[in-house]
Amino acid sequence: MLSDSTQKRIAELKRKFPEKRSAILPAMHVVLEEVGFYNRDILKQVAELLDLSEMEVAEVVSFYTYFPKQGVGKYHIQVCTNVSCMLLGAEQLVGYLEDKLKIKVGETTSDGLFTLSAVECLGSCGTAPVMQINQTYYENLTKDRVNQIIEELKKGKET
Amino acid sequence: MEKILFKYIDVPDQYKIDTYIRNGGYRALPKALKEHTPDELIEMVKKSGLRGRGGAGFPAGLKWSFVPKDSPKPRFLLCNADEGEPGTFKDRALIENDPHQLLEGIIIASYAIGAHRAFIYIRGEFAFGAKRLEGAIQECYQKGYLGKNILGSGFDLDLDVHRGGGAYICGEETSLMESVEGERANPRLKPPFPASVGLYRNPTVINNVETLSNVPHIVLNGGEWYANIGMPKSTGTKIFSLSGHVDKPGNYELPMGVTLRELIFEHGGGIKDNRKLKAVIPGGVSTPVLTAELLDVKMDFESLYEAGSLLGSGATIVMDETTCMVKVAYRISKFFEHESCGKCVPCREGTRWIRQIMERIENGKGREQDLDLLRDICANIAGNTVCPMGDAAVIPITSTIEKFRDEYEYHIKHKKCMVDLGERFV
Repeated sequence: MLSDSTQKRIAELKRKFPEKRSAILPAMHVVLEEVGFYNRDILKQVAELLDLSEMEVAEVVSFYTYFPKQGVGKYHIQVCTNVSCMLLGAEQLVGYLEDKLKIKVGETTSDGLFTLSAVECLGSCGTAPVMQINQTYYENLTKDRVNQIIEELKKGKET
Repeated sequence: MEKILFKYIDVPDQYKIDTYIRNGGYRALPKALKEHTPDELIEMVKKSGLRGRGGAGFPAGLKWSFVPKDSPKPRFLLCNADEGEPGTFKDRALIENDPHQLLEGIIIASYAIGAHRAFIYIRGEFAFGAKRLEGAIQECYQKGYLGKNILGSGFDLDLDVHRGGGAYICGEETSLMESVEGERANPRLKPPFPASVGLYRNPTVINNVETLSNVPHIVLNGGEWYANIGMPKSTGTKIFSLSGHVDKPGNYELPMGVTLRELIFEHGGGIKDNRKLKAVIPGGVSTPVLTAELLDVKMDFESLYEAGSLLGSGATIVMDETTCMVKVAYRISKFFEHESCGKCVPCREGTRWIRQIMERIENGKGREQDLDLLRDICANIAGNTVCPMGDAAVIPITSTIEKFRDEYEYHIKHKKCMVDLGERFV
């Protein structure tokens, strides 16, 4: 499942810390960057590379919400819905995206392109409303801007 | 007043080491290493009155001095960049636009406490910030500001970026250490405090990004200089993250003790669309809400405490007359339910109950006895948890009931909001 170069990156992380468990989160960031999601096979492989048991890795990873499980679309849209964004229309932004993508929060479009999530504060309250697509922030959103972003992604533009 | 931390924040290349040096950077580091002993630096920071900018406001110099001098164990410095308190976005600006200011502070702080290993724990979502920091760290190794024998002083330090995974609780220092150790981020009982038993059970100091970014300036200009800025017990400047219904949201670095009125109306351009101000949360969602009558309160640790609230992280969320306070409190209750780590029963169960009751009130299904019930649940969470998140989860509920009881009662009686936010996303 994991490519040779990914495996190498993860194995190297083990030596970076006083205790090898510390490499679990960094390894998951490598997985996120190179694969985009995780599943049981990946956790098993990460565990082997870090010389830990599968359960040791799984119990830790399941605590952290940032790492998506298999089934997330190519573009994971995460809309901040916390207070500052809510005050500037985050609920309406979510509704707009639901209508536009014809999915509900938590769902993925049938072409596997977009997954829509509502998330907690992204730390970008001064430029609300805000969403994160994969690793990139999109700020000061308006309907026009959202239309433009979605169209560009559909055409294959990188986030 | 001249800005300290944000002086070069808008310079496009400030994140590059050459620009940082051209603008006066990395002058405090050689001064600290060559002209001062670690103890002198701790005294200097004590004298400056610098207090933690993550929310708790603990004196930074005092925290440093708690590291046992005679311990043979390795020491660690952790920079808390897990900025997650809703409303707060100041550390992100410092990290992305002036990372070397932070790194210089980290290196000096590490020298002061005798740490040879440091980590910056940055929230997972800040991918861009993490990249900026990693680039800046690389530059430091190349210039000899990190690694072995820094600037010929004999002092060694290795620094790494450690990215989190979307858990708010990691902003709490003991949970942060658990997370770095590769555990589920459940908080630890204190004492022992991290200064004696911290990361990998070794002496550890954990400081916020803004706190550490102040350190080079204190070393260059002296503790007294810093202590003369702001208020007697809340010294220096503070970066206020202004958001919500203001004309010009953003980060504003102002002296401690600036009034809320000045922050909102002089710097933030006043209330958006000339509406009327209704309420302000002054320090992030876990601090008590203030009503519009308290506009002249000074924004510092003591003054806000006296006014019945807290400075917290300085995240000032402004709400106009169209804001339903029940809806705001309900949204915050969802946040705390989601972020409760599950270790302590009162928080784990209580935050869920609070959210359920808030949800039914918000959706027009509230019961007459619900306000008493909420008060009862809140009283059983506060003070009964290992970390401060239990108290944090309770404050938004109790403070909105106290200040805006009429809105709750209206909701329960008429089964709808008193006011309507209207169409805000256009």
